[in-house]
Amino acid sequence: MNVAVEMNAVRQGESLDISEAGPAPKRIIAGFGFWIFLLSDIVMFSALFASYAVLAKASAGGLTTVQLFDQRNVAMETALLLLSSYSCGMMSLAINSRRYLATFLGAVVTFLLGAAFLKLELREFQGMIALGAAPERSAFLSAFFTLVGSHGLHVTVGLAWLVLMIVQLSLRGFQDVVVRRLHCFSLFWHALDIIWVLIFTVVYLMGVLP
Amino acid sequence: MTTETHWHVAPGDLPAIPASEQNASSGFLVYTIGLLLAVILTVTSFWVANTSVIWAPGVPAGLAVLAIAQMGVHLVFFLHITTGPDSTNNVLALAFGVLIVFLVLGGSLVIMANLNENMMPHTEMMNLQIER
Repeated sequence: MNVAVEMNAVRQGESLDISEAGPAPKRIIAGFGFWIFLLSDIVMFSALFASYAVLAKASAGGLTTVQLFDQRNVAMETALLLLSSYSCGMMSLAINSRRYLATFLGAVVTFLLGAAFLKLELREFQGMIALGAAPERSAFLSAFFTLVGSHGLHVTVGLAWLVLMIVQLSLRGFQDVVVRRLHCFSLFWHALDIIWVLIFTVVYLMGVLP
Repeated sequence: MTTETHWHVAPGDLPAIPASEQNASSGFLVYTIGLLLAVILTVTSFWVANTSVIWAPGVPAGLAVLAIAQMGVHLVFFLHITTGPDSTNNVLALAFGVLIVFLVLGGSLVIMANLNENMMPHTEMMNLQIER
């Protein structure tokens, strides 16, 4: 008992060596494990980016990047995703200080912004396919739909996860396991925004350069 | 002290301070600074892509630098990947991930550019066949 109290007292000190600190708390381990998953996801995206960069000019006589991409639409998508990342951060703060209403509000705002992003992206895809620029038209379009589509798929999965977390939060409250899952969700959501930064730079902005 | 502690929180981690004493305003400030920096970098990216002020061949490099800077902003201000003691393992994993990403991207681009350069143009190949 005394030892435990002393251990806790020591843990508060910053100067403890990593080999003497004992096993890390579960919340740190869960965050680390999820971070490894996110990195492996980013490595997968790097392969998709590489194939896109190689095939970007291979339009096989079809529509090219300059003709297809609409910068206003991309700017709106970027703004929506960035704001949803910010509101997700606000949700994390509300979770840390255990404020129910603010957490729900943050989750709902994050969901709405993410859903609006997804709607814009789907509209863009539909417009492209209507112009005859479907994935099977050229190597460039196959690579484009694979890269941007898998980002969109990740956003879809994130939205489903967020709905699940709202349900869990309302049923079980701020239990440790729910809080851990919410933090993993916010990591996932911020990582998606990082990948989008690369997409709008490499695919859209570099695509419209003369 | 409060700000210090917040910066040393690993991803997915709870703050060391109990919930009741948690100072939400410093966290709010971190996210807001991150948002402002990200907005500035994004707007600059769109401006660089559309302006004629900048020397055209330098634009892709400029865009790449802006994107990498913005990813750094997201990592530090949103994902809280910092130099804190709880974050050591995360930083090491990130370094390994960045290594793999650069190998995959750089390797593919260099190899494919090289192949493109050394490949015989289509018209020349046709001529060879005709001559034969």
